[in-house]
Amino acid sequence: MSEVTTIDAREPRPRKAIFRLPGAGQALNKGLVVTYLGIMVLLPIVAITSKAFEDGISGFWDAVSAPQSVAALKLTVICSLIVVVINAVMGTLIAWVLVRDKFPGQRVINSIIDLPFALPTIVASLILLTVYGADSPLGIHLAFTKPAIVVALLFVTLPFVVRAVQPLLLSLDRDMEAAAESLGARKWLIFRRVIFPNLAPGIATGVALAFARALGEFGSLVLVSGNIPFQTEVASVYIRGQIEFDRLASASAVSVVLLAISLALLASVTLAQRWGLRHDR
Amino acid sequence: MTGERLTRWGLRYIALAYLALLLVIPLGYMMIETFSEGIQPVLDSITEPDSIAALKLTLLTVAIAVPLNTVFGIACALLLVRSNMRGKGIINALIDMPFAISPIVVGLSLVLVYGTSGWFGQPLMDLGIQVIFSTPGIVIAVVFVSLPFVAREVVPVLQEIGDDQEKAAETLGSGSWNTFWRITLPAIRWGVSYGVVLTMARALGEFGAVSVVSGKISGQTETLPLYVQKQFETFHSVGAYTSSLILAVIALATLLAMNLMRRKENDE
Repeated sequence: MSEVTTIDAREPRPRKAIFRLPGAGQALNKGLVVTYLGIMVLLPIVAITSKAFEDGISGFWDAVSAPQSVAALKLTVICSLIVVVINAVMGTLIAWVLVRDKFPGQRVINSIIDLPFALPTIVASLILLTVYGADSPLGIHLAFTKPAIVVALLFVTLPFVVRAVQPLLLSLDRDMEAAAESLGARKWLIFRRVIFPNLAPGIATGVALAFARALGEFGSLVLVSGNIPFQTEVASVYIRGQIEFDRLASASAVSVVLLAISLALLASVTLAQRWGLRHDR
Repeated sequence: MTGERLTRWGLRYIALAYLALLLVIPLGYMMIETFSEGIQPVLDSITEPDSIAALKLTLLTVAIAVPLNTVFGIACALLLVRSNMRGKGIINALIDMPFAISPIVVGLSLVLVYGTSGWFGQPLMDLGIQVIFSTPGIVIAVVFVSLPFVAREVVPVLQEIGDDQEKAAETLGSGSWNTFWRITLPAIRWGVSYGVVLTMARALGEFGAVSVVSGKISGQTETLPLYVQKQFETFHSVGAYTSSLILAVIALATLLAMNLMRRKENDE
């Protein structure tokens, strides 16, 4: 009883006026976020787009359709495609082994998957060159060839598919597989018809993120690709060259193409996720 | 039954072989290569003045970029999850931009905005501030590429915890600042820490964007990743490997920190 009285006797605590203004803190917060994003992200993107179209559409097109630029863009897209196909298969396989298999050292393996995100790209380039370059201890000489580009891109994009598929595999209902098995389905059939459809959204997300990353990758390629025009020069390296020759408009035009492809991809991931969410309910 | 075991072993060893060829062998071989001429050249190249200057500059950029992006990331996540303002979709899309843009393109766009022939280059020069080919440019580049991590880690946590406790605090008379410090921040602390670690890793290792805006002046505008490239290209392989090893050790420490956090988070 005494407890109740003390609470009742207590004066209602006066609130500071500023916080009672509805949304004063929120307005401040909004101002901060919008300004920061505007200066840090939007401004540079507007600058690059306006530079790319400095000489109109024709200027943009001339820069993009220059033979060396076309070769670089083509190489970038083809290598990225090869990389995401390998990633889709190997990423799913690695996720499977990490979730469904049990073996000593599994936890260590699980944590080194993120290494490519933590390791600076130039270090990735250096270590790949050491193992697959001229003095390769494995006898595999890839430096300055197209396969070297693929290997470097595989390195930096490794975590995307694995990390997108793993949580889906963990939350997968094992009863469905048991039911399929009791109905006499073979392992491969169960994988194809029961497991794979559940993993597909994760694979797709991982593939899109990996593709966007591969398109713009620079650091890990610097030392291993050789940067030979028309042979092993990817788009980002071509842009770097154009900047060094002070051809900023041309560099911007090719940049805008890369940007457009990645944005389209990321937008499709967002839309697909929203579609998936709606269909889950 | 034996067929099943064969498949399981097959899958396991394909996965392990792939990871060995891609990750473990290259990383392990780098460590061997670093010490191929003994320990003395490694110690010598660590104490090289240019190497120390590069490490210092790298740490400086991290010290600026990480707090900035942490504050912004939390503010941004709160705005995205807790408010019903219009234009959230646009903010959401803008935050992800640094993931979609090639580092080289980031560097180029900063040259276009802050370079001498760029939009604000000359006015800033008149004020005595040189951005491109100088430390501010490097810092801006690093802030740009590491911008999304904290926001991206905190958004799902905020969604998951809901706002019941915050509402309760508010009805009990807590101001919004007080509620943030006492209720919201403790609840999202693992998400924030995780984001900070990722921001740090990215900021330490950024190469492409920084290489465009830095001018690569040894001892002045050279970060550790740029120093690695220069050492390698000038045939100082021990120097390149040693600096790489420093960066790799930091990367491994980052992984360890992430693992510990994940475990703590699961324990709670």
